[in-house]
Amino acid sequence: MNVGLFIPCYIDQFYPNAAIATLNLLSKLGITVRYPVNQTCCGQPMANSGFEHLTQGCNDLFIDNFEEFDYIVSPSGSCVLHIKDHLHSPEQEDKAIGIRKKVYELTEFLTDVLKVEKLSARFPHKVGVHQSCHGQRGLMLAQMSELVDAPFSKPLHLLKMVEGLELVELSRPDECCGFGGTFCVAEEAVSVKMGKDRVADHLNHGAEYITAADMSCLMHMEGILRRQKSNVKVLHIAEILNAQ
Amino acid sequence: MSSGTKDHAALSEIFNKDEARVDWHDETLWFVRAKRDKAAHNIPEWESLRETASLIKNNVLSNLHNYLIDFEEQAKKNGVTVHWAADAAEHNQIVHSILKKHQVDRLIKSKSMLTEECHLNEYLKEQGIDVIDTDLGERIVQLAKEPPSHIVLPCIHKKKEEIGELFHEHLGTPEGMSDPVFLTAAAREHLRETFLTRRAAITGVNFAVAETGEFVVCTNEGNADMGAHLADVHIACMGIEKIIPKRKNLGVFLRLLTRSATGQPITTYSSHFKKPRPGQEMHIVLVDNGRTTQLSRPDFRNSLKCIRCAACMNTCPVYRRSGGHSYHTAVAGPIGSILAPNLDMKEYADLPFASTLCGSCSNVCPVKINIHEQLYKWRQVIVKEGYADPKKKLAMKAMEFTLSNPFVYRNAGKAGRWFMKHAPFTVNNKLNLWYQHREMPEVPKESFGEWYKKNKKND
Repeated sequence: MNVGLFIPCYIDQFYPNAAIATLNLLSKLGITVRYPVNQTCCGQPMANSGFEHLTQGCNDLFIDNFEEFDYIVSPSGSCVLHIKDHLHSPEQEDKAIGIRKKVYELTEFLTDVLKVEKLSARFPHKVGVHQSCHGQRGLMLAQMSELVDAPFSKPLHLLKMVEGLELVELSRPDECCGFGGTFCVAEEAVSVKMGKDRVADHLNHGAEYITAADMSCLMHMEGILRRQKSNVKVLHIAEILNAQ
Repeated sequence: MSSGTKDHAALSEIFNKDEARVDWHDETLWFVRAKRDKAAHNIPEWESLRETASLIKNNVLSNLHNYLIDFEEQAKKNGVTVHWAADAAEHNQIVHSILKKHQVDRLIKSKSMLTEECHLNEYLKEQGIDVIDTDLGERIVQLAKEPPSHIVLPCIHKKKEEIGELFHEHLGTPEGMSDPVFLTAAAREHLRETFLTRRAAITGVNFAVAETGEFVVCTNEGNADMGAHLADVHIACMGIEKIIPKRKNLGVFLRLLTRSATGQPITTYSSHFKKPRPGQEMHIVLVDNGRTTQLSRPDFRNSLKCIRCAACMNTCPVYRRSGGHSYHTAVAGPIGSILAPNLDMKEYADLPFASTLCGSCSNVCPVKINIHEQLYKWRQVIVKEGYADPKKKLAMKAMEFTLSNPFVYRNAGKAGRWFMKHAPFTVNNKLNLWYQHREMPEVPKESFGEWYKKNKKND
């Protein structure tokens, strides 16, 4: 199995530990992973701002970097959703389609492709899980509270394999944190309020760590936690699934 | 945005100055969302009901012309006068001409978002005609000289103490009295008199049945019936998308509407109107006002499936924390943000951006409108049509250049340096809106790319 590691730009630049944990976790599960060094960004920041027409450079670069792999795995539901929904190429659309079909967010790759049922991880802490919207409602990593359907959750399925980990219940298990890409500055007041409310839900239920399958939501919540001088930390789910 | 008008971001910044009030607004609407969840979960076939409603509405949109003609024919047979209005102005003139014919200078109106969209109250006032809204929430905002902030709960932004003050001023209730039961009784007494003395009544329409020419008006207060039954002239105003093919389709829509709206199994009154009673005149005004334009936009046409339940507003984390007035349009919230740009792209260019694209709106929508996908698509249209901020355009061009070139990206400096200047969360870095209430991410000593080169490249 030939797996390409797609590391979103802001994880590359600000959260290398989330990327390293993803790489190590996959290696530990016996997967050969390669990181194409010429990758940059999926183009979502431009597209969500209404500038999808400026993303062709990113799209073509993504295709060049990743077409050779059997699977493409990334520790970000949001960026994977963007690729799945919006990667196009007038010149090589067949390759774009191929990539859209083989790109996976990390937890869905672990549960759906590798069918992981056991992990050797230990994290003896109280953890609140933030359901990032694009992963949950876009990639359907977990059942959504709005729908009348059977419950499931790929991230929770994996976290329950971690020794010592205690999950905290939230009052609103799948409300948006308010990051929203450029929304976080364009609609600063509402974005901050949403973030504060989300963080408060975790704090009120005694979480020591907040985790998610998307680092961008965590970056937003971390900014608020640190401003509040809170001791509660954010960690990408890969770092917990790989913790010893 | 027209000059002098504040956009959604600016208006919600003002709304957020009173954080306790934002919390109250958020909790109040979340309570309604939770009631909706409970009601939906009591119906095991909920998702298939939504799918059925969506398919019926798709059928309506694809055959709208024929259904409208059928409806008109049946309604005429029933003795109803049918009018066609191309836009808001024509709608208002038609209503005025009917009133003039009957020499009516005062009328009552039950809730109708269409008349809000057409600004009928203001127009009639200019013509010297007095309108009293009979829906309690609408009456409250009318006394406050404000537009509704929510399509189902028009005065949800007002606390009961504020309503007490308004009633004290306008209806003479005791000062400081804010007991809801007392205030409701006072409103009822005040409205009862107007019901008995006004000769013309306007109602909205929730569903118009093509096969029978009848229409259904849903209220919790019975005010539509009270108005229509006591008046000599009943005028029902409806957008042309309110058509459903058959009476039996009501079995789908009436089950969905109020469960989605308030979590009730059904509205207290689902009133069927078919023909005028002897001596009464009944009129229906069918209004386009941009709907056929929206129908011609393949990406946005299915927004016309909307049955105005407001579930998307109640669930929207942005709406709950910004209030309906921040959307500066008759229909606020996620659905309003995909409807309004069709009417005036420049004026409402900000609305599709007033969302995190979390997708909760599409999940609660009883007719399965892909609201959040349409918000994304409107953003593309608005930028292409030239309504984007020039500063944002420059930032996006810079981003395109760097992110399309691996060499530039890698050499933009030490980890984080380029991003600190250009990343989406610091695009407006001169104002540094991120930093006002959030710490910046800490810049690590090396990027993942740099780490990988050192540690893994030769594995």
